[in-house]
Amino acid sequence: MSEERDIPAWSLPREAAARISLANPLPEKVDRAWAIEGSTGAGVRVCILDSGVERGHPLVGEIQGAVAVTLGPEGETIAEEDVEGDLCGHGTACAGVVRSIAPEAEIHSVRVLGAGFKGSGRTLLAGLRWAIEQEYDIVNMSLSTTKRELGDMLHELADSAYFQRTMLIASAHNMPVESYPWRFSSVVSVGSHEEDDPLVFYANPHPPVEFFARGVDVDVAWLAGGSIRATGNSFATPALSGIAALVLGKHPGLTPFQVKTVLYLISTNVGG
Amino acid sequence: MADRLEAAVAAAVLPAEEDFAELLRSIVVVARAIFGAQASSVLLFDDESDELVFAAVANEREQHLVGQRFPSSQGIAGWVLSARTPLVLEDVRSDPRFSKDVAETTGYVPKGLMAVPLLHDEEPLGVLQVLDRPERSTFSLAEMELLGLFATQAAAALALLKKARRARAALEGDPEALAAATVAGALERLEGGRREAGQALLDALARVLR
Repeated sequence: MSEERDIPAWSLPREAAARISLANPLPEKVDRAWAIEGSTGAGVRVCILDSGVERGHPLVGEIQGAVAVTLGPEGETIAEEDVEGDLCGHGTACAGVVRSIAPEAEIHSVRVLGAGFKGSGRTLLAGLRWAIEQEYDIVNMSLSTTKRELGDMLHELADSAYFQRTMLIASAHNMPVESYPWRFSSVVSVGSHEEDDPLVFYANPHPPVEFFARGVDVDVAWLAGGSIRATGNSFATPALSGIAALVLGKHPGLTPFQVKTVLYLISTNVGG
Repeated sequence: MADRLEAAVAAAVLPAEEDFAELLRSIVVVARAIFGAQASSVLLFDDESDELVFAAVANEREQHLVGQRFPSSQGIAGWVLSARTPLVLEDVRSDPRFSKDVAETTGYVPKGLMAVPLLHDEEPLGVLQVLDRPERSTFSLAEMELLGLFATQAAAALALLKKARRARAALEGDPEALAAATVAGALERLEGGRREAGQALLDALARVLR
């Protein structure tokens, strides 16, 4: 990457133009065979920003990291190893959905929920900032905040994630409320469809919700090694995270913009 | 000063606590009927204690739950509130920790549960729950949207309730505002000729003070 540092970031002198020749990473026809066939998600680091992930759950298996993010008395971010696991079941469910699609992807749990409601918006923000600093390939966010003041900060975080090649994949709200960060264009937002196939997903011609993935009557991992049947956009989101992990496992180095384009091209209602 | 007294007058004529309770109860009763469910409830978030409080319960025999509270970090309702995301779960009894938590707080362990956050503007006000719908082969997204519509209604009711509570709390310890509120409240409750007479008296007073 040292040669890239020689390129000025803010303007492009004539002599530098020749030095930024880029290979087109996409073939003439992008289809599922090219995009995901044979991929297990190996080598891709997926972060589950949620309620924690239960260790050793049979539907999740080994996870590669677990951190609990809380706020200190001065509002400072405290990130420490999470020994509590999952306090609700939801994070484990999301991890299980990712693993069911991308079995060899790394799973890193960043717990931002569970300490009570107060301050949950700010903890979410701190947890997301911490996750972006870890440069995960994908951050799965099956949650949102309604606080406008946090919306601006989340917007900046989402943009920095986008530029450093961390994909934020976030649940769309299925109620008529303003919430963040799923509405931002630097984020991939996900709603639910009603079909059973976890690899079926649709591109939405009418954003802000950009994709619909399987989110109805999904058998998901839950606490104490168990499972339940669940419905909600929060389960559709990890399905798309899993599919994005398959794409990145097979084609590492794609930018979030390129992955989003690939997802569009292989979605069930386009070319998939 | 004028603003304060006007606010006091407004607070005095706001519907009483029981009126809100009735409105919330009608919402959960209709929610239960529409979804053909066994139970439905509204939980109000108390931001001072960081707890969820049962504000309305559809079932006659479970009215004792109203007023019961539990930490906002607990259970599915707590998650739904924090994540601001609706959830539908089936066979929740297979999750032993969940069953225990809920059983301890409600004395009733549901098999299936729909929970939706009640959001008004930026503020999460509570959670609407619908418990134990009849077994169905597939869950429809339309049902989730319907639940969202109920949630919007319940959130509007809860927002009014909070506003009224705040207004009343502000009146306490403010004798002048309380006096204005008492007069306004009393006038509001008068009927027929007495109300007209009261109104005439106040109009005359207003002319003298102007």
